[in-house]
Amino acid sequence: MITSVKELENVARNIRANIVECIASLGVGHIGGCLSIADVLAVLYGKHMRYDPKDPKKEGRDRLVCSKGHAGPAVYSALAEFGFFPKEELYTLNRGGTKLPSHCDMNKTPGVDMTAGSLGQGLSCALGAAIGSKLKGDGATIYAIIGDGESQEGQIWEAAMYAGSHKLDNLIVFTDYNKLQLDGTIADICDLSPLADKWRAFNFAVWDIPGNDVAEIDKAITEAKSVSGKPKMIILNTVKGKGVSFVEEAKVGSHSMNVSAEQRDIALKEIEGGR
Amino acid sequence: MEINEKTLMRDVLVNFLRERMSEDKSVMVIDADLAKCAGTIALEKEFPDRALNVGIAEANMAGIAAGLASYGFKPFITSFAPFASRRIADQAMISICYAKQNVKIVGTDPGIAAELNGGTHMPFEDVSIYRAIPDILIYEPTDAAEFAAALPQILDYPHPVYIRMHRKNPPLMHKQGCDFDLMRAEVLEEGTDVTIVATGLMVSTSTEAAKLLKAEGISAEVICCPVCKPLDVATLKASFEKTGAAVTAENHNVNNALGSAVCEAAAENCPVPIERVGVKEKFGEVGKVPYLRDVYGLNAADVVAAAKKAVGRKKIIRFQT
Repeated sequence: MITSVKELENVARNIRANIVECIASLGVGHIGGCLSIADVLAVLYGKHMRYDPKDPKKEGRDRLVCSKGHAGPAVYSALAEFGFFPKEELYTLNRGGTKLPSHCDMNKTPGVDMTAGSLGQGLSCALGAAIGSKLKGDGATIYAIIGDGESQEGQIWEAAMYAGSHKLDNLIVFTDYNKLQLDGTIADICDLSPLADKWRAFNFAVWDIPGNDVAEIDKAITEAKSVSGKPKMIILNTVKGKGVSFVEEAKVGSHSMNVSAEQRDIALKEIEGGR
Repeated sequence: MEINEKTLMRDVLVNFLRERMSEDKSVMVIDADLAKCAGTIALEKEFPDRALNVGIAEANMAGIAAGLASYGFKPFITSFAPFASRRIADQAMISICYAKQNVKIVGTDPGIAAELNGGTHMPFEDVSIYRAIPDILIYEPTDAAEFAAALPQILDYPHPVYIRMHRKNPPLMHKQGCDFDLMRAEVLEEGTDVTIVATGLMVSTSTEAAKLLKAEGISAEVICCPVCKPLDVATLKASFEKTGAAVTAENHNVNNALGSAVCEAAAENCPVPIERVGVKEKFGEVGKVPYLRDVYGLNAADVVAAAKKAVGRKKIIRFQT
């Protein structure tokens, strides 16, 4: 378990570097929404989640559902960083026959706990796992990461209503609130604000924090784990493309974008420079 | 439970679930505010932890079931057939089938059985939707006795299953404890001139049609085909080779359900003239079953007419070849 903030920040940098490497090796990918969640993945796999990379289906493990399934490369980058499979496999991303498809697939990738990609569905699956964990009494925590654009899907709120109503307190959900979606800004297309109030109204305990700050994420998760009787929502106010300036500057264009070998080198230098 | 002419299919389902939930803690049932209709409401009191009701949120129900299956549970989800199919088409496709989660989906009151709920609740498309999804098995029980024999096999089937269940009691075509194989179509009556392949409500209608045809000197073979996916091609092929003509009969749109499946199998294995009895390019409407049979052409007389047409075409095809 990694406890120091500095070390967690280093892990987040490694995950970012992995994301850049695998997407650049292919030349295109959902890089913006991958980079925005590198920090929460570092804190989850580095400190909070209980798992065994040598036995990825181990009973009683904590689980993560990346409901915004297009952030698969970010999840794979974290899983490779924590020993679920060799880092070299990241270079097979989206190539024919790969274990690492663009959207998360539990039947292909060691360590992926639920298939997701058709937006809005993963949170319900996480609820099912949370109910299953309570029935089995295994003490697991079920984590889910949803997108802010994804939160425009009605099924998210069906799941929210049920989780709040049934006090699923072993469920911790993160919203990657980077305020951008494929076609434009969240505010212009279909605004989510006031997002924290919405989740409170659905009977969630809510944290509304800087989403690319590992210390804040760690603190929120620690507090969330200690709250009983409610499901938890940690709103991560993130920057889409965080850590790589040309991706950040692309804003809406970063949802899925081309990344050249030259851009990869620039990005890796920036990420390394932060150490 | 003893099964007789009055036994409701929903009682067979509830009885089976009660038995299995008692002995196997992984079996669950989830409803979406239609548990009183499916009869599963009784299980909510008996198994409060494993008989869930998610409210009117079928997509969430399907996702929760997938999540539970990923945790080692064996969930059955129930709703009216339209909401257990078209309403959750994407969740059934991705969270359940693509993710390989073994969820059993029960859709009740299919086709004209929806009666007074009318067009919004009368699915002639549910089988079409599931037929387009890999791995899932589609089962439409013929009667309560067959359903009781099928349920243990459905639970053991290692993939998702869509059960198109009549809540009430279609005529008993089988006896309790019948020898049933989920993967096989069953020759109910042997014949030599034409094969009638029927499912659900239309099985008893087709045996009635066979009697009428016999009176006119036409010998019809009736095949009960409760599973249209995967289709028991071998049984159909053997029959078609004998009779040389066929009719399909279903309480569903003829497109991409039993009629289509049989035509495709015949075209690839044993081409014979086929006429399809079923709903053709129509939405549902309110009414009782006899009225609706008239509206959609689902009477024994319609099967008889189709059989004669198929037999007639057999001669034409023979002439041309």
